[in-house]
Amino acid sequence: MSEPFIRLTNVGKVYQTKTGPTEACSDINLDIQKSEFVAIVGPSGCGKTTILKMVAGLAPYTAGTITVGGKRVDRPQTDVGIVFQEAIMLDWRDVLENVMLQIDIRHMDRATYEPVARGLLKATGLEGFEKKKPYELSGGMRQRVSICRALVHGPTMLLMDEPFGALDALTREQISMDIQRVWMESRKTALHITHSIPEAVLLADRVVVMGPRPGRIVEIIDIDLPRPRRLDRLPERFHEYSTRIRNIFKSNGVLAMD
Amino acid sequence: MSFASDTAKLGTETAATAAGLGVLRKLMPLAGIVAFLLVWQVFVVVWKMPPYLLPSPVAIASTFVTELPDLLRHGWVTVYEMIAGYTLAVCVAIPLAIAITSSARFNEFVMPTMLFFQIVPKVAIAPLFLVWFGVGPTPKILVAFLISFFPIVIDAAVGLRSMSTEMADLARSMGATRLQVFARFRLPTSLPYLFSGLKVAATLAIAGTVVGEFVGADKGLGYLLLVTNSNMQTSLMFATIVALTIIGLVFYYSVELVEGLLIPWHVTHRAREESGTM
Repeated sequence: MSEPFIRLTNVGKVYQTKTGPTEACSDINLDIQKSEFVAIVGPSGCGKTTILKMVAGLAPYTAGTITVGGKRVDRPQTDVGIVFQEAIMLDWRDVLENVMLQIDIRHMDRATYEPVARGLLKATGLEGFEKKKPYELSGGMRQRVSICRALVHGPTMLLMDEPFGALDALTREQISMDIQRVWMESRKTALHITHSIPEAVLLADRVVVMGPRPGRIVEIIDIDLPRPRRLDRLPERFHEYSTRIRNIFKSNGVLAMD
Repeated sequence: MSFASDTAKLGTETAATAAGLGVLRKLMPLAGIVAFLLVWQVFVVVWKMPPYLLPSPVAIASTFVTELPDLLRHGWVTVYEMIAGYTLAVCVAIPLAIAITSSARFNEFVMPTMLFFQIVPKVAIAPLFLVWFGVGPTPKILVAFLISFFPIVIDAAVGLRSMSTEMADLARSMGATRLQVFARFRLPTSLPYLFSGLKVAATLAIAGTVVGEFVGADKGLGYLLLVTNSNMQTSLMFATIVALTIIGLVFYYSVELVEGLLIPWHVTHRAREESGTM
């Protein structure tokens, strides 16, 4: 394989708190190839969000090195689209303008990118909602807008931090399908943080399984399933992968079945 | 009273339309005021109150109309002082709020002084202003400034600190400059808070101006209050109070109007309509 696009080598992070230093994660070694979709799944507090923030250059790491595109990450990355757990909407801008915010801040050409924004909104089922204000939308629709915003400028890297965390189960399923579709069209290098095993298996080429604090990588599993993966036609192997990950959590004391 | 008969009709007609109810609801606050004035009028007439003690609402209204030129002449002075003091407060408070939210050191440096000036009773400083600046408009403007300054600074500072860390992260991932973060994210986020301070300050500004005029003036509604008080012109005194109230209300609603124009997206200004989504 070629040089990985994102490379984490012996990465660790220690927080200074009032009660002394706390280790968020340690010995993280992970290579992500260009156009690969990697999901990190793990229990609460295992430092998976910290990993995403460190890759994005939004949080400093205290050990090891992270490189993106061969360059060491030491400042906020800008060739990136990020989807946060909460859809961060600017209430004073309508749906289209919330997507176009990305273009405005970067001083990119509005005329070129407005069709892109409209196309993304259409692809995520938001056609006809362009002029709505964020408060007129449901939680799932707001999160779809933030996904469009993360993609409109054509970044090489898509980072998603528990984007379905605040959504109901049905909406999660729908947006998973939306994400798979837009990802298959664009093939961005994607890092997806989640605490849902099926969601990780459904979306990712590889699933990184993390153990409880301090966060370490326990296992990395290749998901060899054809795309597009459909929720209504999940093959037997899908369930095998899910069970395997569940068993890893069980043996690490994250899950107790009886 | 039509209000009473309206209610009676509603009781009998069970199929009252929603529109009718809406109109009635809008008239409700007005009906309260009308009822209050009516009781007042009856009280004055029945008990034969001497006008220097308590004039009737009708008498006050007639004084208001006959003395309108005088009220306008003095009212204009008060409005001018109030708006000047308020504008000065806005012009100083907002940059100061930006400064104290940008620098923790500056915050520590300036906060105790600001608190000191807020806690010192404005009535106590007003005579000092008179000594320094004479009987002209300056001392009144300064009292109005002092009294409306603090709520604007505090609320603007709260607003400027209210942007979430996720929004800051989002801005940084877009490569936003410091100026862009401020103008596109932080400032608009702060506006609802800023306006709550601006509205509180708007109601205080008129009080500050009158306090300033009480201490020493030869014109203005505060001055007129003192004169009518010593001359036992109680009816004109009430008319002056009415004029001050009108000024205060108009000023408050003007600020609220600007708020509605600037932040129509905020929860307090959203049109109450069904959002046809999902």
